[in-house]
Amino acid sequence: MTGFAAGGPVIPNFGGGASSYACERANRLFCGGWVSRNWSPVLWPALRQHIVLTLIAISIGFVLSMILALIAYRRGWVERPVLIVTSILYTIPSLALFELLEPTFGLTLTTAEIALVSYTLLILFRNTLTGLREVPAEVKDAARGMGMSPRQSLLRVELPLAAPAIIAGLRIAAVTVISLGTVASFIDDQGLGVPILTAISNGVFKTEIVVAGAMAVGLALIADGLLVILQRVLTPWTRAHR
Amino acid sequence: MTSLLATSTFVQAFQFIGRDGQVPGVPHLPTLIHLTLETLKIAAIGVGISVLIGLPIGLWLGHLHKGSFIAINLGNVWRSLPSLALLAFGVAVLGLGLANVELALIVLAVPPIITNAYVAIDGVEGDAVDAARGTGLTEWQILRQVELPLGIPLIFAGIRTAALFVVSTTTIAALTGYSGSLGDIIDNETSYHLSGVLGAAICIAALALVVELLLAALQRALTPKGLKVTGREDLAGTLTPVVETA
Repeated sequence: MTGFAAGGPVIPNFGGGASSYACERANRLFCGGWVSRNWSPVLWPALRQHIVLTLIAISIGFVLSMILALIAYRRGWVERPVLIVTSILYTIPSLALFELLEPTFGLTLTTAEIALVSYTLLILFRNTLTGLREVPAEVKDAARGMGMSPRQSLLRVELPLAAPAIIAGLRIAAVTVISLGTVASFIDDQGLGVPILTAISNGVFKTEIVVAGAMAVGLALIADGLLVILQRVLTPWTRAHR
Repeated sequence: MTSLLATSTFVQAFQFIGRDGQVPGVPHLPTLIHLTLETLKIAAIGVGISVLIGLPIGLWLGHLHKGSFIAINLGNVWRSLPSLALLAFGVAVLGLGLANVELALIVLAVPPIITNAYVAIDGVEGDAVDAARGTGLTEWQILRQVELPLGIPLIFAGIRTAALFVVSTTTIAALTGYSGSLGDIIDNETSYHLSGVLGAAICIAALALVVELLLAALQRALTPKGLKVTGREDLAGTLTPVVETA
């Protein structure tokens, strides 16, 4: 109690009238006043950073695993080494991976992004490759019969048909990155983990933990929903079957 | 220059791992080995309780082919829960302690176990189940002797995912103030320096990989002979824990 009353960088010094900040003093589970006062200086910047952090990680992870999956699709032997490396990366706990990168890249955004990207690779690579391999042989034959070159068949037939699997992978990757992004705050001091860590060091200030945690969950659910919509838009034919 | 510095830090990290600790009560063990075992203990309790809770629910729902909506969506919502926020919330509500950490671990570990057990049993071929029922097996015998062995690979995928999350979360617990895992070292770079932090990170990574490989070995031992796909059993297949399509 006394710990947070002393005031930190985020929680205001509870001066002023005795009746003001009563909720914060009591450290209730949710203080609406605190949220509205701290939305623009604390919560909104953290949310914005978290979105940027996620977008960068997902974009780089998507491009890398797409390239790897396309190579493995053409040359089957590539699959095994890629799976082994990405599985090991996926297995290493986030906090450990962040620290293992620290001697080389320091306490920077780069360290956080490398770790976050590495968690997307296994999911995106495997889903993309599975999606491409599950394109029926007849469809590929038909594409060739229509005079398409292998490149045309890949771009116009195989990749679109693999889109549901690829987007399913993106959904898992996005939600995973948003969740792990809170731990990344320990390294790069950005994102929704910052208010959570601040609240803990300020005598476990409940409102901040609850709000920042809820924002992370909300962000994950919104990202998931947006990707579902993206899939519906990109692959209208999958709806006809349902 | 930077890479040289990084290399020497890694060398120091390994020296730190072997260094005898000043852990009160256990002077014979290096600090990091002691904390690795403590981390394993916390994680094992979490996974154990989660299996006891999640497996019966998932297996039974799968056997009845009921509750697919809950079983599947549980897994999707669960993934969006940030472990750090969950742990912090636990501290805010329950206070600091092992109970809070274990509760967070269980909340994170039960959903993937239920989801995968459900999918595993629900997906067992109806013909096999009908044949078993026709030969006079009771429902319990069908689950025990037919569905469970056939579902082993997917059931284990769930347990392995859960174990992975549990080991990871156990170390994150240190950031919320819980003391007694390898995360303690990582959260205290001022005392242990980068080499100590790095040593702890190496121990965590090794612990996670060993747990994965042990569970994979257990899975292989429990999988019925007829289900083992010969030739495809390699390190990649062994290490890849999750069969995920949202």
